[in-house]
Amino acid sequence: MILDEQVWTLIVDSFGKILLPGLTMTIPLTVISFILALLIAIMVALVQFAQVRILTQLARFYIWIIRGTPLLVQMYVIFFGLPKIGIIIEPFLAAVIVFSVNEGAYVAETIRAALESVPKGQIEAGYCVGMSYRQIMKRIVLPQALRTAFPPLSNSVIALMKDTSLAANITVTEMFMATQRIVAVTYEPLILYLEVGFIYLMFSTVLTKLQRVGEKYLNTDEIRREKRCLRWKMFAKNLEQ
Amino acid sequence: MLTLENVRKKFGTIEVLKGITFHVNQGDVIAILGPSGSGKTTLLRCLNFLEKADSGMMIFNGERWDMNRISRKNIALIRKKTAFVFQDYNLFFNKTALQNVTEGLIIARKIPKKQAIAIGEKALEKVGLKAWANYYPRQLSGGQQQRVAIARALVTEPEIIFFDEPTSALDPELTEEIMAIMHQLAEEGRTMLIVTHEMQFAQNISSKVIFMEQGQLIEMGDAQEIFSYPREERTKNFLYTSKII
Ligand SMILES: Nc1ncnc2c1ncn2[C@@H]1O[C@H](COP(=O)(O)OP(=O)(O)OP(=O)(O)O)[C@@H](O)[C@H]1O
Ligand SMILES: [Mg+2]
Repeated sequence: MILDEQVWTLIVDSFGKILLPGLTMTIPLTVISFILALLIAIMVALVQFAQVRILTQLARFYIWIIRGTPLLVQMYVIFFGLPKIGIIIEPFLAAVIVFSVNEGAYVAETIRAALESVPKGQIEAGYCVGMSYRQIMKRIVLPQALRTAFPPLSNSVIALMKDTSLAANITVTEMFMATQRIVAVTYEPLILYLEVGFIYLMFSTVLTKLQRVGEKYLNTDEIRREKRCLRWKMFAKNLEQ
Repeated sequence: MLTLENVRKKFGTIEVLKGITFHVNQGDVIAILGPSGSGKTTLLRCLNFLEKADSGMMIFNGERWDMNRISRKNIALIRKKTAFVFQDYNLFFNKTALQNVTEGLIIARKIPKKQAIAIGEKALEKVGLKAWANYYPRQLSGGQQQRVAIARALVTEPEIIFFDEPTSALDPELTEEIMAIMHQLAEEGRTMLIVTHEMQFAQNISSKVIFMEQGQLIEMGDAQEIFSYPREERTKNFLYTSKII
């Protein structure tokens, strides 16, 4: 294949058309779905950690169903299946529901493992200084668990970002669907699919970088963080003068 | 101030506490001695309801509780008047030394933050760690962590403090640090229950001694008496093998 002028023009012209839905659809879909997934996962993990009896069984059931069936099938059931019984959900909302519920099941296991990695002795110490179970979970266990869970959670975000391309199946015009539409007009599948793949790769790269920054931040001791803050304040003051 | 009556505890089929009864007076410093596996840790844990006793009564400040049936609310009330120092410190790893100490004041007792910090700093100063207030547990040595744990136990003004082998995870020099602090606490007249394998320390610090073996309280009495003239044969043997007599 020769990168002649025509091909270059196609790449340059389509770049914006693919990137734009990436920024307005793929990213919001990823962010919103992941935040919801995280909330679901924390609840599901806490219920199991605290061994609330009936709720634990419900949580297990949820994880069993979601992890045991394909994401694409879940998506089709929600978007194409539910209208049969009169439940019609808008494409974007349907995608958010499917992604957050699906990701929630996986993330729940990550968080449960992280919760269990916090030494039990700290919970007992919390009781001994008079704290309640809730206070201990909120102030001692969850913060430590989330820190432990950060690297696997970052993995999940990257996976989810790529999986949002599946939303093309339910007419959400995210990045991949936008590409398909351009292919339908230009008949240049190789170049365009490579191009959208490249844009996904850029997004993943940014996320990976963010993960590194996040990990570094979490590993920096708070004292050092405070010192850096102070230095910034001094710097800002000097600028003012 | 604290009385236990006939406390029993089983793990599975093994009876770990076989009816423990004793009485603690205000200002008592009681050393709990006994061979490994005799149930000393389990006894302390039952006292603070970290384990639920199968049966037994506790009388604390004139109120009488069934240790198996006591409600969560009453457990919380009792815990607020007691403190526990663990063998392996159990500091909150996501909190600084000072935050470890103030957590029980600010969160559990709703004491204003400023006031709590002042109290916390004073407690850290007492254990010689004022300069380390903003350090995290992982930046502290074992001895320093245990001193923070003691400060954490002190700030809430407990009526009784339980120590479970507070020095057994530490090097000899660090052990000295902790013992010195505990001696100071004893001199202040604090009521303490100390499980320890450090016989010399037990002899120096305690006013009373409890000797346990296989889940039974074999002998309790005045420290000097027990260390010099134990009545029970089993106590005698234990002290003998520990090279005390
Ligand atoms: N959570 C538990 N589950 C089952 N058995 C236990 C549990 N905790 C303690 N035990 C058993 O109970 C007995 C008493 O244990 P405990 O820890 O109270 O002894 P100890 O006197 O503190 O011993 P040491 O001096 O070694 O610390 C031991 O046989 C121990 O194996
Ligand atoms: Mg023990």
